[in-house]
Amino acid sequence: MSIAIEANNLVKKYGEVTALDGLSLQVEEGTVFGLLGPNGAGKTTAVRVLTTLLTPDSGSATVAGVDVINDPEHAREIMGLSGQNASVDENLTGIENLVMLGRLFRLPKKEAVMKANDLLERFTLTDASKRIVKTYSGGMRRRLDLAASLIANPNILFLDEPTTGLDPRSRLMMWDVIQNLVNEGTTVLLTTQYLEEADQLANKIAVIDKGKVIAQGTADELKTQVGGERIDVVVAQAQASQAAVALQSMASGKVVVEGEHVQAPVSGGGVKVVEAVRALDMAKIEIKEIQLRRPTLDDVFLSLTGHHAEEIKVEDETVATKKGRK
Amino acid sequence: MNSRSMTEQYASKHGKIYWLFHDSSVIAWRNLLRFRRNPEVLFFDVVQPIIFILLFAFVFGGAIDVGDSSYRSFLIPGIFVQTIAFAGASAAIGLNADMNSGIIDRFKSLPMNTTGVLLGQNLADLVRSVITLFIMSLTGLAIGWRISGGFANAVFAYLLLLAFGFSMAWIGSTIGLSVSSPQVASTAGFAWLFPLTFLSNAFVPTETLPTWLRFFAEWNPITSIVAATRYLFGYPIQIAPDAPFSLQHPIITTIIWLVVITAIFMPLAGKKFRKATSR
Repeated sequence: MSIAIEANNLVKKYGEVTALDGLSLQVEEGTVFGLLGPNGAGKTTAVRVLTTLLTPDSGSATVAGVDVINDPEHAREIMGLSGQNASVDENLTGIENLVMLGRLFRLPKKEAVMKANDLLERFTLTDASKRIVKTYSGGMRRRLDLAASLIANPNILFLDEPTTGLDPRSRLMMWDVIQNLVNEGTTVLLTTQYLEEADQLANKIAVIDKGKVIAQGTADELKTQVGGERIDVVVAQAQASQAAVALQSMASGKVVVEGEHVQAPVSGGGVKVVEAVRALDMAKIEIKEIQLRRPTLDDVFLSLTGHHAEEIKVEDETVATKKGRK
Repeated sequence: MNSRSMTEQYASKHGKIYWLFHDSSVIAWRNLLRFRRNPEVLFFDVVQPIIFILLFAFVFGGAIDVGDSSYRSFLIPGIFVQTIAFAGASAAIGLNADMNSGIIDRFKSLPMNTTGVLLGQNLADLVRSVITLFIMSLTGLAIGWRISGGFANAVFAYLLLLAFGFSMAWIGSTIGLSVSSPQVASTAGFAWLFPLTFLSNAFVPTETLPTWLRFFAEWNPITSIVAATRYLFGYPIQIAPDAPFSLQHPIITTIIWLVVITAIFMPLAGKKFRKATSR
């Protein structure tokens, strides 16, 4: 399999803030690559570099073999980008937006109109095609934005947090749309803050923190690394460390204590809750609350880095836009 | 055959300049669509010019003495110039709004000629200026202004006014790309225009000004274009034999000014835009 997207040791600094700190990744053709990380981890900066919107301080990157830093014009012809802030014109209608972008992709007018109508139909926006985008819902805007990035049939697509801020229904719809694109052979790099989303869509996931990839693998590999599900137990604070000892033997990773909360990574599902209850009962610890849940991004962070997926003070996104205006 | 290979085939048929104009016209079309949906723009383009003409003609008309002929005929070319100069502010506001919205990322990620974003904006403003000039001329004619310099001269005057609007738009573009928010762009886009238009011969003869202001006013590009259009529209101008070159030869001075302003600010705006885009 050939490599569709490759980044080597990308570094980008904004004054004191290091947005990218030697980021490297490889995306195989025809796969979905998920860049998972909290706000400020450098996801957007990475996408902006890979899509030629930002020049890195050092490092190199190619998309379909084209050098994005030295040959940005050529690179722009082969990829599509759907950004975090829907980048369509609010004062134009859906169809006007797509025709404009088709024309700017240098399609002949007839072809641009045809393509625009096709895309609107495909993203169930035909009814709203003559309405001004200002009147669209968040989900509709995102779909229009994604449609806009598909005008020239790119083989490689970058999606920066495609479902952030969407309601659950719109999110599912978006997942569906992305899945269809992938089935047609498009290579997708998407960023997300949700482990569930990366799990659902991506063949391979890279977890990034402070501008660096800190773990990489399939969703299953990562989960194993993180230790599958979590059992959260609430006990009297005085008994918390005792509870941790009791649970450690059945846990698949290190049990963490925070105040009266005890958190044990487990694999095996519901059965493990029963085991946990037994273990705590044997140790004569009273359980106030117990629940089994799937790991979140925060859990991934906790087990990979030892710290929570907290937001750094200055988000790289904010810095990036501010600089853009200077 | 997929769309992209068609794109490439189609694109390779034409040169860089063709695509610059193609991209600019697409952006201009987009900006005109935006203008049409914005009631504020309608006010600026249609209502405000009428108000300006009537206000100046009736309020100042009796108070300012410009010699033999009527103040209205003296004034109207001045109002034309002032209103056209405001096109610069439109560019500042429009481009700044683009920079602050996600659309600029979209444009930057396209294989288009990004200079087209600037040129398109300014071409759309030029279309607005044509409409504004038309409405102001009708209003002027209604209150007694007459074109008496001949047809060819009048056409030349209108072309000079449009060229002037185009060159002012590049100053506006540079301002719009240099400031952070649309509010600042709006203020900064207009602020410099007021002293510039009032320290000229647009509303009063420059001879009435104190010496130090007079020097500035005489070499102000606004003065040159006002004098040039007055002459071309057939307004009788008496020029003192000791008047500076700019007043003796207002048309040549205007053309020099337009070329100089465009030559400085067009590349400057382009540089600002690229810097903001590729960083």
